[in-house]
Amino acid sequence: MTGNRHPAQYAVKNHTLYIKPSGDLDHHNVEQIRTRADNLMVECEINSLVFDFEAVDFMDSAGIGLIMGRYRKIMGSGGKMKAVSVKPVVMRILKYSGLYQIMDINGADGGMSI
Amino acid sequence: MENLDNVIYDNEVYVEFMSDSVNEGLARMVVSAFALPLNPSLEEMADLKTAVSEAVTNAIIHAYMEKEGIIKMRLGRKNSDIFIDVIDEGCGIKDIKKAMEPLFTTRDDIDRSGMGFAFMEAFTDRLDVESEVGKGTVIHMQKAISDKE
Repeated sequence: MTGNRHPAQYAVKNHTLYIKPSGDLDHHNVEQIRTRADNLMVECEINSLVFDFEAVDFMDSAGIGLIMGRYRKIMGSGGKMKAVSVKPVVMRILKYSGLYQIMDINGADGGMSI
Repeated sequence: MENLDNVIYDNEVYVEFMSDSVNEGLARMVVSAFALPLNPSLEEMADLKTAVSEAVTNAIIHAYMEKEGIIKMRLGRKNSDIFIDVIDEGCGIKDIKKAMEPLFTTRDDIDRSGMGFAFMEAFTDRLDVESEVGKGTVIHMQKAISDKE
C-alpha cells in the first residue's frame, strides 16, 4: 500500500516521458498517475514513453488501460513506447492483453535514473 | 447469501467494505492471506489477486459508479479449491454477454481497457456472473490450487 504518497516518479528528457510507478498498478493508483502523466505529456510535448516497472509488485487491467490510453495520445505522431525492468508478475498481464506486441519490452537501453 | 455451490467449506471468510478504490488493495490482501495455507505458487497467488482486483474494481466503477456503496466478499476453501464471491448491491448489468466481451467498456473516459472479465476468466477455473438491473451483481469464481508434493 502506498498511503498518500504519489504512486509514481516521472522524468522528461528529449520529449520522452519516463514513468516509474511503484507498488500496485491497480485502478486506485492508476487514477492518480493518469492525470499527472497527461499534464506532463502536454506541457513537455511528449512523443515517446518509457514505463519502468522495476518497483511494480502487482498489475491488473487498470495498468493496461493506463498504458493503452497514453499510447493512443502519442501514436498519431509516430511515437514509440517501451517497457523496462518488466518482472514476471507484470509480464503475464502484458502478454495476456497483447500489449507486448506493440511495445518494446526489456530492450537494451534501460530505465531512468531518478 | 446462499451458498450457490452447495459446498460445505473447510474454511470461510466474509468481509464487507466500502466501495472506495483504496479497498482494492485490501481485497487482494485478504484473498492472499486466505489462500496462503494452501501454499499456492507465485503465479497462482497473482491469478487470485488479479481476479479479485478486477471484480472489486468493477463493483466500484460500474456497480456504484464511484459513489458510496458496500461490497461484500466471501471466500471459501474446500480441499484445494478456493471459491470467491464478490457481491454488490449496485446498478446491475443490463447485458452480461456484452459486458464480458474482451475490450468492451463503457468507461473509455477513464481509460478502462475492457479486459476485466477476460482476466477474471483467464486467471480462474470458473467464472459465473449473476446480475439484476437495479438490484446488484454477484461474481462467482473458483480456482484450484495445485498440489506441490
